[in-house]
Amino acid sequence: MNKRTAVVPLLLALAATACAPVDDEPTAADPAESPTSAEQCATDSLPVLEPGTLTIGTDSPAYEPWFSGNDPTNGEGYESAVAYAVAEELGFSADQVTWVKVPFNSSYKPGPKDFDFDINQISITPERAEVVDFSDGYYEAAQAVIALDDSPIAGATSVAELADYNLGAQTGTTSLTVIRDVVQPANDPAVFEDTNAAKQALLNGQVDGILADLPTAFYITAVEIPKATLIGQFKPDTGEVEEFGMLFEKGSELVPCVNEALAALRDDGTLDGIEQQWLSDVVDVPELQ
Amino acid sequence: MGPDRRGGEWRPSDLELERRRVRRRQRTRSSLLATGLVVGVLVVLALVVRSSPGWPRVRETFFSWDDAVAVFPDILDGFWLNVQLFLVCEVFILVLGLAVAVARTARSPWLAPVRVAAVVYTDLFRGIPTILLILMLGFGVPALQLQGLPTDEFFWAGVALVLSYGAYVAEVFRAGIESIHPSQVSSAEALALTRAQSLRYVVVPQAVRRVVPPLLNDFVSLQKDTALVSAVAVFDAVFAARDYTAYNFNYTPYVVVAGFFVVLTVPLARFTDWVQRRWWERERAGVL
Repeated sequence: MNKRTAVVPLLLALAATACAPVDDEPTAADPAESPTSAEQCATDSLPVLEPGTLTIGTDSPAYEPWFSGNDPTNGEGYESAVAYAVAEELGFSADQVTWVKVPFNSSYKPGPKDFDFDINQISITPERAEVVDFSDGYYEAAQAVIALDDSPIAGATSVAELADYNLGAQTGTTSLTVIRDVVQPANDPAVFEDTNAAKQALLNGQVDGILADLPTAFYITAVEIPKATLIGQFKPDTGEVEEFGMLFEKGSELVPCVNEALAALRDDGTLDGIEQQWLSDVVDVPELQ
Repeated sequence: MGPDRRGGEWRPSDLELERRRVRRRQRTRSSLLATGLVVGVLVVLALVVRSSPGWPRVRETFFSWDDAVAVFPDILDGFWLNVQLFLVCEVFILVLGLAVAVARTARSPWLAPVRVAAVVYTDLFRGIPTILLILMLGFGVPALQLQGLPTDEFFWAGVALVLSYGAYVAEVFRAGIESIHPSQVSSAEALALTRAQSLRYVVVPQAVRRVVPPLLNDFVSLQKDTALVSAVAVFDAVFAARDYTAYNFNYTPYVVVAGFFVVLTVPLARFTDWVQRRWWERERAGVL
């Protein structure tokens, strides 16, 4: 090894030292400032990303009936409406709300987030809550099974009967956990990257049935695949209620304020009203035993 | 001080022994220096990474032992799918690639349609991103609802990989074939070999040897691209890792699955090096 090549690793090492990052994470947990009263949630003192703006994240495509027309900014669809209601409760007008596209699997990456909160049908689980913070739940999701009208599975009346068929669901969802842990079918479930892939496989006959949360399933059968039918819904017996929560950076001081806003919306009936408006038609779906 | 031939047995001279001593000393010194430098650089890098402010967070998120243990069986299951997929596909890819490359070198006017088909095939399938091909075949062909065609996603994802990589490999083979000096073909002609025979016995064997490194490159690339099949719901190792990650918000499975692929490709690279050295030695036997 000659002298010149010997210098290169040293330079590399120096360069690595030079570009070591400084700690630019927002010091979120400053105990002196932790909000204890309603004053802390005054609009001007809210610890938002950009002053005067509430930055909300969701995935793209933003699925119906949670959003409408893949446009979260129109206030239509359940989650869009809830997001704007929360924003209003926090003191932000509609034009002070900015939406950013946050693919689900980058919403929990370590480091600072580029949103104040993310609203994307994310189920609250203890494992997830170790990495991020969640708001209180804003929706309790039942699970539903979709099949094509002419499929033999369409006659199923109990969860146990489902086990004989090829089932599928989107990766990372409660629906997939339910197939694995509750239904426990003979064949391994098909796992899809997103709901669109699941729908395509159902149409192609590559799976007999797909699981999704009830409002999504209802929208699929009512609008997107008319020749599919909702063969039933069930609340999986996993010990606790599945709830969707808004996702925050771990330690975000915004959480108590958003929870306060959600509580106010629940108490004055706004949340129920939004649910009636966007998710109301799903009540007459048969329950699976 | 010439060689000492007393006793009839050859013995290196003292000068030669001294040379060897010096060479040995130099070799030892430079390998010690190299080892020391490598270790030093690694230590410095490790210190830099570990002392960075985000390290505890990164360690938790990417290097959590508990998560690695929990996800291991799922990744192992999925990885078996990847292995099956690339082993089966590679065979078809090599056959298809070579056939297309040979078709492109055809000279007879009767074979013009074959030549055109080969050109169109490579242009088209090399241009289409592999993931789109997988989606189009994996979801598109079963949607045709044709009797007798399989609807299995795994099958169609494999077909997509073969078509996509076949086009790359065809170009690699073509480069190899064109690199064979024309004198080789002329010599074959002079020996009264037909065109087919000279391809079979003279051109292709030499061409294949020359393109082994780029072929290995494509093979390793194929191993990693088998992960694209998750687009059509084939639950391979990378998808298994992603699935676990989505539930637990922890990226450790990605590191584990990366380890699986590295462990697979490194021995393969050494094996190809070895095969190639053997061919090289054989081809130059009697010259060096």
